[in-house]
Parts: sequence; C-alpha cells; structure tokens
Amino acid sequence: MSEESKPGWKSIPMAGVLLEPGSAMKYKTGDWRAFRPIIDEEKCINCLLCWIYCPDGAVIREEKKVSINYEYCKGCGICANECPVKAITMVEEKR
Amino acid sequence: MSKILGLTGDGAVAYAVKQCNVDVVAAYPITPQTLIVEEFSEYVHNGEVHTEFVCVESEHSAMSACVGASLTGARVFTATASQGLALMHEILYIASSLRCPIVMGVVNRTLSAPINIHCDHSDMMGSRDCGWIQIYVENAQEAYDWVLQAFRIAEDPDVLLPVTVNLDAFILSHSLEGVKVLDDAEVEKFVSTRKPVLRVDPDKPITVGALCLTDFFFETKRQHVEAMNNSPKTISRVNNEFAELTGRRYDFIETFGMDDAEAAIICLGSTAGTAKAVAKSMRSKGKKVGVIKPWVYRPFPAEQIVKAIENLKALAVLDRACSIGAPYGPLCSDTIATLYREGIKLGVFNVIYGLGGRDMTPFDIETVFNETLEVAKTGVVKEPLKFVGVRE
Repeated sequence: MSEESKPGWKSIPMAGVLLEPGSAMKYKTGDWRAFRPIIDEEKCINCLLCWIYCPDGAVIREEKKVSINYEYCKGCGICANECPVKAITMVEEKR
Repeated sequence: MSKILGLTGDGAVAYAVKQCNVDVVAAYPITPQTLIVEEFSEYVHNGEVHTEFVCVESEHSAMSACVGASLTGARVFTATASQGLALMHEILYIASSLRCPIVMGVVNRTLSAPINIHCDHSDMMGSRDCGWIQIYVENAQEAYDWVLQAFRIAEDPDVLLPVTVNLDAFILSHSLEGVKVLDDAEVEKFVSTRKPVLRVDPDKPITVGALCLTDFFFETKRQHVEAMNNSPKTISRVNNEFAELTGRRYDFIETFGMDDAEAAIICLGSTAGTAKAVAKSMRSKGKKVGVIKPWVYRPFPAEQIVKAIENLKALAVLDRACSIGAPYGPLCSDTIATLYREGIKLGVFNVIYGLGGRDMTPFDIETVFNETLEVAKTGVVKEPLKFVGVRE
C-alpha cells in the first residue's frame, strides 16, 4: 500500500490498538531472511527440537517429518544450530 | 451537605480519592512518596474502600501497573513526587499514548542533585510534554476539588487522557487547612463509575501496544493531539457541573484584579495565593496590579490568558523551574509564544524563583510587582530573565 492509500488518523482505531485478534499472521516476515534453512529428510530423525526452539513457530510438524514455513521463517538459524544430527543447513538466499 | 475537615494537601487528595470509587492504586511506598498513598493505604487497611492497593518496587513499576489496570477498564490512581516522577517518565508517555485515564497526584518537588526534597516544579516541567492534562492547585481545597473533577475529565470518551493534579510540596502537601468536603453519596453521583470505551477483555480480544512503525505511528500521535484539543470542552463542562454542585467555580485560569490592572504576575500553584494577597494590599494603595493563575497548564489556556491581558501593559511570568539553556522558563516560553501568535505587544519578563523550596516572600513579590509597574510605565524590559531570591 502506498502512504496515500492508507487510512488517516481520523479513521484508525484509537491508540494504535488492533481490534482483530491474530493479525500478526498477515505480517509475512519471510522476506527478512538472509539464510534459508534446508532440511535433509534423509538425516532428520523427527526429534522436534527445531520445532521446539523455533522462536517464530515457523517449523511445521507433520506426521513423520518437519518442514519450514518460508512465509514466516526469518532465517535466524537456531534450528540448524540445535539439530542434533546436523540435518539442517543454512543456505544463502539469492533474490 | 458539605462539612469542613482539617486536612493537609496530601490528606485532601487522599480523601478525594477515597470518595471516587477507585478500583486500583499502584504506588511505590517509600521516599520520595508522599502522605497521599500513606493515608490512602490506611483507608484500604480499614476496609473503607474496595480498592486493590498494589505495592510495587519502583515508580516505573507503579505507573506500569497503573497502565495495565487502566487498560482493563478500571478506575486508577497513583501519586508520586520528584525523582519518582522522573523514574516514571518513560511510562507516562505510554499511559497517555494508550489513552489510559489515570489520575495522579504529583507533589511538586525539585530534582537532584544536590539532594533536596523541597518544592519547585522541575519534576512536572521535566515531563511536561508527556501528553497528560496538567492541573496546578493553590491550596488543599483546590487539590480536593480538582481530584474529583480530574476523574471526570480523564474518563470522558472525548478525552481519555491521564491527568496530573500538581500541588506544591510541603507548602501545600504538609500544611493543614480547613477543606470543605462533599458527602460520599454526592461524590459518587458526581464521579459515577468509569465506562471504558475500549478495554482488554478475554471475550473480545484486542492487541494493545503493538509495534507501529513509520506507516502508522504519526497518525496515532495526531489522534493524541486531537484528544488534548478536545479536552477544553470537557474541562469546561465538568467545571460547570462542579460549580452547580458545590458553588466553587473553577476554570482554566483564575484572575485577580485583571479588569483594570496595568501590571500583572502570572504564576502556578501556591505562589498565586501570596501574589493575590500582595496585589490586594498594593491595590488598596492605588497600584493597578493583578494576578493570573493558570489552573490548567496542559492544555495551555492561551485563549483565556489573551482575554485576561486585554488591558495590560506589562507582565511578569514566574517560573518555579529552570529550563537551563533556553531563553525562558517553561511557563514564560508558553506565554510569550501565545502573545507572539496573537500579535500582542506587551512588556514581558521572566522571573525564576523558589528553586529547591526557597521561599517566595510577599516582599519578593512586591518587588516584582514594582518592577512590572516600572516596565508598564517605561515600556522597557531591562532584564528579560531574572532570578529572584538567590544570593549573588
């Protein structure tokens, strides 16, 4: 949205309050990422440490493995650091 | 039916708060705290109020707890002074920006160093841009009266801003006066209960205090300015209702002798009482002097001051705080900006007085009046900023 198309002070809720719960979902933080975590499914033992440690809840827990939600993953690398079998590598983003 | 009680300024504030059905008081209980919360905690202990009294570990926490409580829709009060107010500084902005209608008693004391516990307005003036409505009172009666009105002003849906009621340390806070108080039922009817517009509620979740960057922050500040701009209407309405109830009429400013005054003093707080007494005595000797006392400092009562000085020739602005490095003290800067904006030419000078509790005596005030009369006569301001009561 351009600055002009955003609502002005007369029409926004008071004091910067957000009236709609869960609106952080609308803020896609994936484009902050400089390094992308890549999971080697062969090595992954599905221990879920990455799922526990991810500060953004961007690790998706599936039936027998985990995957990354790249719409929100900021590329902090905590998952790769915590992985006990080194199944996650951080690869530089090329945009 | 009103009765008269012997109350200190602090006691008058505590008594008013006791009558206002306050839900939460959060305060830091030791120095530089005042007798306000000490006396109020006795009401809590004796079961005379239903208030949740939160003893916190600092003034930073006190104001933080007040913000949290206020956001749930509670009626909230706290009190502090000097270093305590300075420690709250960060959260003062959050309270007003989140539009929490908290009422706070501020017993005006100076800020260190050197360590000093006595009266001046450095504490509140240091936080004057925090976006709160700021009231200054002259005596314990006014302290009582303005606290009752403060809740009404703060909680008005058109305003929703916190209010400080400022009273001079020791001169008012610890001096006993006869204070006319209302019956509890009358106060209850006047202040009613808070009806929050927006509040934190588990059944209807909202997010408060979220990150708000370049795209929306400016808009929220503009809203804050508008809330302050809306407040005069509410202040007048509450003043009128209060006058009907008590016969005691408040306004943005009080004037004395201004109808024909050629020279006047404008000042905040208890000094105005001394100034009025001196003016009365000088007027009986034919000297045309007057006094302007702003009760409301924020929003700044520019319109009312301009009206009061219509026939004036010279004005001394008394500041009990120093804005070191600035051309004038805070009240004088505001006054001169107002005069300039209105194109009013007037001989104005600034007097810095009373820092760290130094007395402003009737003799000092008479000297200032005489200097102001001299400026009125000659039209020449020799010393735009001067210090009265300091040893050379």
